[in-house]
Amino acid sequence: MKATFSIRRGGREGGEMVDYQTEVTEGMVVLDAVHQIQAESAPDLACRWNCKAGKCGSCSAEINGMPKLMCMTRMDTIDTSQPVTIEPMRAFPVVKDLIADVSWNYDVKKRIKKFKPRPPDAEDGTWRMQQEDIDRVQEFRKCIECYLCQDVCHVLRDHVKHEEFIGPRFLVYSAALEMHPLDTEDRTEDLKDMFGIGYCNITKCCTKVCPEHITITDNAIIPLKERVVDEHYDPLAKLVRIFRKKK
Amino acid sequence: MASNLVTITRRGFGETSRRGAWWLQSLLTFLGFAAFIVYSTWAAFQGEHYTFGPYLSPMYSPLIWEAAGQPLSTHSWLGAWPVWMPNIILPLTPAFLILWAPGGFRFTCYYYRGAYYKAFWADPPACAVGEPRHEYRGEKKFPLILQNIHRYFLYLALLFIVILGYDAVVATQFDDGFGIGVGTLVLTMNVILLGSYTFGCHSLRHLVGGRCDTLSTRPVQHKLWQWVSKLNKRHMLFAWMSLFWVGFSDFYVRMCSMGIFTDYRIF
Repeated sequence: MKATFSIRRGGREGGEMVDYQTEVTEGMVVLDAVHQIQAESAPDLACRWNCKAGKCGSCSAEINGMPKLMCMTRMDTIDTSQPVTIEPMRAFPVVKDLIADVSWNYDVKKRIKKFKPRPPDAEDGTWRMQQEDIDRVQEFRKCIECYLCQDVCHVLRDHVKHEEFIGPRFLVYSAALEMHPLDTEDRTEDLKDMFGIGYCNITKCCTKVCPEHITITDNAIIPLKERVVDEHYDPLAKLVRIFRKKK
Repeated sequence: MASNLVTITRRGFGETSRRGAWWLQSLLTFLGFAAFIVYSTWAAFQGEHYTFGPYLSPMYSPLIWEAAGQPLSTHSWLGAWPVWMPNIILPLTPAFLILWAPGGFRFTCYYYRGAYYKAFWADPPACAVGEPRHEYRGEKKFPLILQNIHRYFLYLALLFIVILGYDAVVATQFDDGFGIGVGTLVLTMNVILLGSYTFGCHSLRHLVGGRCDTLSTRPVQHKLWQWVSKLNKRHMLFAWMSLFWVGFSDFYVRMCSMGIFTDYRIF
């Protein structure tokens, strides 16, 4: 069965949607169709990919307007009676065709305070911790850094708050560090001021698009928001802290 | 973060490549919330038909004073409506004295916030759909920074669960002694659903244990955190079910009081 794919073509500026037709067969994913189009009619079509198994996070794109991994989107889940649109991620500048420049994310990551463990528990320089204390953090470690959550977040995508807001991916990263039982660093001040956690208005779009099914909003962002409330917006908690310090 | 790295073309309101009825969820949320707001406001203004025998509408509970002009019922805490109570524009009813607390709890609830920002403010109208406004302050600045008060409304909401639980017990005390009517079941279901919603609150989840990085050394907090987390997974479901059931409970008591419904006794 032939299907039409409307693919964004062009460099950094402008760009246009170009239609390509290709044969869709059983078991194909969108990335297969893109590769087939490259082989048949558009050898210069730029597309980033690597593992084809939903683990490298390279082939992020917008398929029919929703941020998805091309390698994990099966063709039999898509209505091919109309042209299937494939566009690069909108929250980042385009390099060429389907490739977005995600380097802003690498700069953001460098600004987050690193893991700072307490002194080792044992003489051989190792630590002891319980599995139940690390369960919460392990969910966040599933992240493949595909940046689909960053792409769908309206604070970045529509309001372009890249200078004031670090986005869901790095709130998850911060949560993984902040909730780690060995970590001693405090990042709540940064989260409130520099990283703009208050910009998140809990739309849960990041959770919806996460290919690793990380419960980003409920398990990472809201708990971090609550920690910021503890430190900055809860007078009772402040009072308790003052009394504890006096003791 | 160099700003020149990110140059994005903004989309207009509703602009998207998404297919299908992406607007449906926001529309249903809007209609659901709007229906409840309209009904609860109307019911709060009535000031009558809020009790029927041992039943008290949850929209009037706790009944601090009996509404003006109403015969004194056993539900009233402090007796008749005080004469010094001001009627500023419209007549005040007992509902207005208490509804701000559960209303504030729901208004500042993390689930509701996300839902009504989409449905009422189109901020965004749906995921990956263009917005009507370019300016954005989020919850970082006034007025939405006040949403951080949520845990204080939680404390009040927990108190309301106790009161509504007491109401469900009172709803078994008929003139001829202990009994269970359909209304008893309605009010009992009301407190169960409200409890499931309130005990699954994100703030409660944080306060009972989420704020600690090491829970293995705090077994009570760990257990509480696990229980709240279980309910938290269904927070949206309980938010809707409890919202509907509060409205239905008031409707049921009102209809019985008006003589339109007959309250059948099970035993």
